[in-house]
Amino acid sequence: MLKRTLTTAIVSTSVLISVSIAQAGPIEDRKAKMKEVGKNLGIIGKMVKGETAFDGVAALAAYNAMGAVGTGFGEFFPVGSETGGETTASPKIWSDPAGFEAKGKQFGVDLGVAIQAGTPSDLAALKVSFGSVAKNCKACHTDYRIKKE
Amino acid sequence: MKRLAIGLLAVAILGFSVFWWLTIPKAIDSTVKDWISKSGDPILGETIFWAGGCASCHAVKGAKGKDKLKLGGNHSLVTPVGTFNVPNISPDRENGIGAWSVEDFANAMLHGTSPDGKHYYPAFPYTSYSSMNYDDVKHLWTYIQTLEPVKTQNKPHDLTFPFNISRGLGLWKLAFKEYQPVLNVGNTDNFLQRGQYLVETLGHCGECHTPRASLGYGGGNTSRWLSGGPAPEGNGKIPNITPHETGIGSWSEADIVYYLESGFTPDFDSVGGSMTSVQENMAKLPKSDLEAVAKYLKTIPAVALN
Repeated sequence: MLKRTLTTAIVSTSVLISVSIAQAGPIEDRKAKMKEVGKNLGIIGKMVKGETAFDGVAALAAYNAMGAVGTGFGEFFPVGSETGGETTASPKIWSDPAGFEAKGKQFGVDLGVAIQAGTPSDLAALKVSFGSVAKNCKACHTDYRIKKE
Repeated sequence: MKRLAIGLLAVAILGFSVFWWLTIPKAIDSTVKDWISKSGDPILGETIFWAGGCASCHAVKGAKGKDKLKLGGNHSLVTPVGTFNVPNISPDRENGIGAWSVEDFANAMLHGTSPDGKHYYPAFPYTSYSSMNYDDVKHLWTYIQTLEPVKTQNKPHDLTFPFNISRGLGLWKLAFKEYQPVLNVGNTDNFLQRGQYLVETLGHCGECHTPRASLGYGGGNTSRWLSGGPAPEGNGKIPNITPHETGIGSWSEADIVYYLESGFTPDFDSVGGSMTSVQENMAKLPKSDLEAVAKYLKTIPAVALN
C-alpha cells in the first residue's frame, strides 16, 4: 500500500515537473526569439530614425538574422503554453490559429523580399524595405499580444 | 400604520424627485448661442478628428485607410459592466447624425447629452471632450458632415444592472465630469498649452492611461495621472506614460514623436492592441502637434506604476 502510494506520488510529481518544463520551454524560447528579432530590427530602425549612420551591409545582416530567428517561430505557441511565464501572448493565438498564422506568413514574405533585394544601396532604399518589414510587427501585436506592464 | 405608509411614500417621492433633479441632463448655455451661426472650417476639423480618435471606435474595428472615415459604428467594447455597441456618427440622416443640429452635436461632445435629452455613457469620452472649445466643436462638426453617410443601424448597449439605468449617470457626471486642468501650465507657454489640450482634451489619453477612482468605476484618479492601470476591456494592462522610470522616463521627446509617427518604441518594440489605432490617428497630425504632446508628457509629474 505504502509502495503504491509512493509510486503514485513519484509518478504524479514527475508528470507535474515535465508538464511545467514543457510549458516554461516554449514561452521562454519565443520570448528570447522575439527579443532577438527586435534587436535586429532596431539595428535597421536606428538608421532609419537617424540615430546611427547608414550601413547597408549591417542592415542586410540584420535582415538575415531576423530571417534565421523567425524560421519556425510559429511552433513556439503549442497548445498548453497559453498562460504562465508572464506570457504576453493573447488567447486569440489559439482561438484564431489561421489568422495568427497568416500574420506570420506575411512577415516571412516581406522579410524575404528585403533579403532577396541584397545590400540596400542607400538610406532611401532602406526606408522602403524597413517600412515593408516593420509594419508586420504591429499588424500582429494589435490582435495577438496583450500588454502586461 | 397608514400614516407610516404615507410617510414612507412621501420620503420615496422626495428622494426620487431629488434624484430626478440632480440627474437632469445638461445642455449648452444659451449665452453661447451666437457661436451657432459662425461657420466651421473642415480642414481644421480634420485635425481635431484625428487628434480626438473618433475613428478608433466609430469606424469598423481594424479599419484601414479610407475605411477609417466610414463612421457607421458597429464596434463593440466588451467591459466588466457589459458590452457597449458604438453608434453610427456618419452623416446618414436615418441611422447616423445627419439630422442633428450643431447644438445637438455640442451637447453630445461637451455634456454627454443626446438630442432627446438622455445621458450618454462615459465609454464615449465626453469627460475629456467637455473642455473642447466651441470653435473646435464647430470645426469637427463641419468636417464630419463632409464624410460618407453609412447605413449601419445602431444596436442598443447590453449592460448589466444597475449600469443599464442611464438616468443614474447624472450622478456619475456630478461626481466625475467637472473638468479641472490636470497640469497647471499657466498661459505663457502656448506650445505646452497645445500639448495639454491634445493630451487631456482631444486625445483623451487619460481615459485609459490614468487608473480610475472609486474601484475603477469613477473618473480618472488625477493624483495618478497617466501612470497606467488595468485595461478597460479587462485584458492586460495600459502602460505608464509619465516620466517615471516605470513609465517612459528614459524616452526623449524625439522618441515620443517617433513612436507616435512610426509605432516603434526606442527599443524597437512595436505598438500593439488598441493603441495601434490611436498611434495611426496621431501619425496624421502635424509634427508640431506631436512635439507638443511629447513636451507635455515630459512635463507632467513622474508617478510610479501602481
